[in-house]
Amino acid sequence: MSENIAERVKKIIVEHLGVEADKVQDNANFIDDLGADSLDTVELVMAFEEEFGCSIPDDAAEKIRTVKDVIDYIQKQV
Amino acid sequence: MRRVVVTGIGVLSPLGYGHKANWEALVKGQSGLSKIRSFDPTDYVSQVAGHVPVGREIGQFNPDEILSPKEQRHVDPFILYGMAAGQQAVQDLNWLPETEEEKNRFGVYFGSGVGGLMGIINSGKSVETVGPRRLTPFAIPSILINLIGGHLSIKYGLQGPNIACATACATGSHAIGEAARLIRDDRADIMLAGSSEAAICPVGIAGFSQMRALSNHFNETPQKASRPWDKERDGFVMAEGAGAVVLEEYEHAKKRGAKIYGELVGYGLTADAYHFTAPGGTGAKRAILQALKEADITPDQVDYINAHGTSTPMGDLVEFKAVKEIFDGTNVAMSSTKSMTGHMLGAAGSAEAVYTLLAMQNNVLPPTINLDNPEEETAGFNLVPHKAQEKQVTYALSNSFGFGGTNATLLFKKVLNET
Repeated sequence: MSENIAERVKKIIVEHLGVEADKVQDNANFIDDLGADSLDTVELVMAFEEEFGCSIPDDAAEKIRTVKDVIDYIQKQV
Repeated sequence: MRRVVVTGIGVLSPLGYGHKANWEALVKGQSGLSKIRSFDPTDYVSQVAGHVPVGREIGQFNPDEILSPKEQRHVDPFILYGMAAGQQAVQDLNWLPETEEEKNRFGVYFGSGVGGLMGIINSGKSVETVGPRRLTPFAIPSILINLIGGHLSIKYGLQGPNIACATACATGSHAIGEAARLIRDDRADIMLAGSSEAAICPVGIAGFSQMRALSNHFNETPQKASRPWDKERDGFVMAEGAGAVVLEEYEHAKKRGAKIYGELVGYGLTADAYHFTAPGGTGAKRAILQALKEADITPDQVDYINAHGTSTPMGDLVEFKAVKEIFDGTNVAMSSTKSMTGHMLGAAGSAEAVYTLLAMQNNVLPPTINLDNPEEETAGFNLVPHKAQEKQVTYALSNSFGFGGTNATLLFKKVLNET
């Protein structure tokens, strides 16, 4: 199940940021490693909410810096 | 006084991508108009338009050459088109600023008539259907008119003045004229100037159609629909595209041995103060006279006029009358390239500035096609019907008039090799 979530998260990141799949490692930072800007991250959070049918409030979204942060957060939610 | 010359050009229009494709089509008298392809126009009164040809062949527009697929999702098409024309003009310039001082002296002046109409509509639908929390964070920056200039400045490191104007169908000419003034005023040495439009969408077509501004008698023969000064004309054909020029201070251009398309020697700008959509008053005539006065030339020195000439019943004759009052008895020729491109609205002025410069460079006047039965009052005036004409062009003028009753005229002069 958790692997499935990780895969789905990574797929969304690849699609939205237009980055190579192998760059989307667990410890990759959205802004420093994946070239996202602040608007990209807002869009990404919306995409995660839609994919997993959950809500990520702004104060939680602000703490999400890396791919692993997202996976951990969503695993707790679903 | 600091002189301003054109050292780079870029254009995309229904006639193609790049000035070579555009010029080839113009000289052949080819129409770029078709049935509307971007949505089903069955229920619309006007069903014709001028789409930019998209594809990977030479002369076609390939968006991936301008922005990555991810970046394309973050801009409305009018920004993409503007960036494409701007990129062409910068590549044609063949010079990029390197030092801080050079970057600080290179600016952008880029406008649009209606801006991100499609993006605004899509965002409105999104908020209504899935709610405000699902609206893309790019809703606002994707539709702002000055974001063409913003993106171009970032792409090329242009740190000088960065402004936009929005004067409807006069936008392109105003952008070029105002950018040139910034160079004359010593605020910049180089300005990338132009305009862009992408409004062929249901609201765009229905909106102009409800004003009875669009052609609707030629839905089955789109290439006949734009016919300036012809008795059967019945409105303009909406088109999309973008045009750009690089304006450069003359000594700056000369020092680096730049190729020069022409000098901007005159610029006129006036208002009709008459009606917010219908043309009238003395605005067009005064704009032309201002441009001639600034260049310190007489009407008989002008060889070619690229008309606003949109193919509307009223507008074509108001412009013709203004031109005739100034140029009657001279050998000037006037054509409307909108007979082939349709009306690119805010993009028209800058695309047509490029066409005017190419006419001057090649000593060839692009024709007014579909001029089968000219209005009687145009008799005796060379409107370059059907076929391109060869003519030595030293001075050439380009008119643009916009809703709001705003008018702009650009006057270019050939720059002879002075070395």
